[in-house]
Amino acid sequence: MDFGRISRRHLLQGSAALALGSTLGVRGAAAAETTVGFIYVGSRDDYGYNQAHAQGAAALKKLPGIKVVEEEKVPETDAVEKTIESMINLDGATLLFPTSFGYYNPHVLKMAAKFPKLRFEHCGGLWTDKDPKNAGSYFGYIDEAQYISGIVAGYSTKSGKLGFVAAKPIPQVLRNINAFTLGARLANPKATTQVIFTGDWSMPVKEAEATNSLIDQGVDVLTCHVDGPKTMVENAARRGAMVCGYHVNQSPLAPKAYLTGAEWNWEALYPKFVKMIVAGEAIPNFYRGGLKEEIVKVSPYGEMVSAEARKAADDVKAKFMSGDYTIFKGPIADNKGKTVIASGTDRGQQDPELEKMDYLVEGVIGATA
Amino acid sequence: MADASLGLWTVPLAVFGGAIRVSTPFLFVSLGECITERSGRINLGLEGTLVMGAMSAYGISYLSGSPWLGVLAAGITGALFGALHAGICSLPRVNDIAVGIALMLLGTGLAFFLGKPLIEPTAARLPAIDFGWWSDVPQVRAALRINVLFLIGVAIAPLLYWAFKTTRWGLLIRTAGESADAARAMGHSVLLIRLRATMVGGFLAGIGGSFLSLFYPGSWNEGLSSGQGITAVALVIFARWDPMLCLWASLAFGGAAALGPALQSVGITSGYHLFNAAPYILTLAIMIITCSPKRTLTGAPAELSITR
Repeated sequence: MDFGRISRRHLLQGSAALALGSTLGVRGAAAAETTVGFIYVGSRDDYGYNQAHAQGAAALKKLPGIKVVEEEKVPETDAVEKTIESMINLDGATLLFPTSFGYYNPHVLKMAAKFPKLRFEHCGGLWTDKDPKNAGSYFGYIDEAQYISGIVAGYSTKSGKLGFVAAKPIPQVLRNINAFTLGARLANPKATTQVIFTGDWSMPVKEAEATNSLIDQGVDVLTCHVDGPKTMVENAARRGAMVCGYHVNQSPLAPKAYLTGAEWNWEALYPKFVKMIVAGEAIPNFYRGGLKEEIVKVSPYGEMVSAEARKAADDVKAKFMSGDYTIFKGPIADNKGKTVIASGTDRGQQDPELEKMDYLVEGVIGATA
Repeated sequence: MADASLGLWTVPLAVFGGAIRVSTPFLFVSLGECITERSGRINLGLEGTLVMGAMSAYGISYLSGSPWLGVLAAGITGALFGALHAGICSLPRVNDIAVGIALMLLGTGLAFFLGKPLIEPTAARLPAIDFGWWSDVPQVRAALRINVLFLIGVAIAPLLYWAFKTTRWGLLIRTAGESADAARAMGHSVLLIRLRATMVGGFLAGIGGSFLSLFYPGSWNEGLSSGQGITAVALVIFARWDPMLCLWASLAFGGAAALGPALQSVGITSGYHLFNAAPYILTLAIMIITCSPKRTLTGAPAELSITR
């Protein structure tokens, strides 16, 4: 296998760049295994976004010849560049996973240009032809899983009011809100989704207040897009509402209230990436996938989910698995009455237009600004 | 579950409910800091104490199964942090504000370090007392599910007010805060008074932290406090070192925190960042209104390093 040889060369180069010649001997000896660096924006056991990535990293640790280094709570600033450089220069990392959205531009791009022989795999960014070839962006179409959650939620709600605790109105979040709502309206055309933005990725008190306010408004099924769904799940369950999870399976937190959830499946993707590199295959710079590609998955249904809901959700899931289902299929109007996807236009999952989403569909109560 | 929604009535109700739910940590930290500052010292480290309290309460509750033991552990942790602050500050030429900042960083860092394995498990929570039994509106019932700690905090405020005014201990603390020389002339050790005052302040702040992790929002994670401790320290200045005003200020801050989400839930969606900033705008406004260049802050203990 020539992977080791490549990584040794990278190490030498990285070291030379910093003129740390004296330590070269030690590094050369250590280069027999490949070091993969993971960088998280928050705590890696947050029952949410970062934990999902850390589970993926844990899956890599089981592979022979792979060493994983991790750093958590790295802010989306220059700090991530320092972390990347130290992972490269001190730990000898040759493959890096900076996992937070805001790392990509300019930090990851800058580092990819500086270390052209190393591989950078960024989660969530939008790689374009102008970006360095050794950088890549991967992401999952988790809106497919949110759509399934929405169908289950639409069948389960009694009040017809769903709630969504969201962090910030960025395209990925809006896409989840919209997919959840479209799914719910498939089951119950009168269903509405009330959205509350908390303003940041981790604001436990705000999230708890948002949860309570939504339930006070008559909402009886909640979901969220924040880094740690634990607060929402536990507080909603305590008030007797049902929940759909996000990022990872939160059913242990509220077994009676948990309907289903949209989960990442990084523990399937990351080993795949590493095997592709080892086999000498190129990872596409722009890597996307949904349920079919096993990048996202749906939590097992909770006991409260009716047989009817299970069947409807499973039917759509089967269509996703065979790759012939479109969520954003025209005509779709936004919640101000403007047509955003014209009749006859199908925006398939790969459509880059969807990654620029700046509207909330009809049925969502809330505004993007 | 409620089928009937209350429409716009949700907003005042949420602010009222939020005042009760969110205010407790503010209340405990500000009352604790009130005692400490009245004795002539500022403990800025209460943010760290709050986070340490939250973590240790959650950990002890998880390990022992008893949330009340967790509350006690949080109080003791807080008192130890208070003792550390007072101990360092009793050395000559030590600045209490600098020590406070150091302890704030130490407390949060230590809590994150020790609290790593506690993020996933679910610990036993504090129970709530249902004061809403008379109402058949579920929203009102939910808002009136009140934790005992809140009631204790509300009871401590007038008690403290009375104690400062009429008891020997209150007088001693005030003397140490107003004039260390006078306290010394009376034959009391200023350092000892301040040590005790800081420990009691830390004890209360620790309990405030236990409310965060064991009742509302009710779990341990690293974003839990998000600056509530430091806000509460500022509240004391804002409340002019008066325990009763601390109570009202804490309630106002709690209510203001609920305003942003509540307005969004009834469909007032524009400018939610502004509503989220409401507590801080409130602080600035009151500070500006009550400030005067012609006199120093009324009620400020004369020995405080910021007034001296």
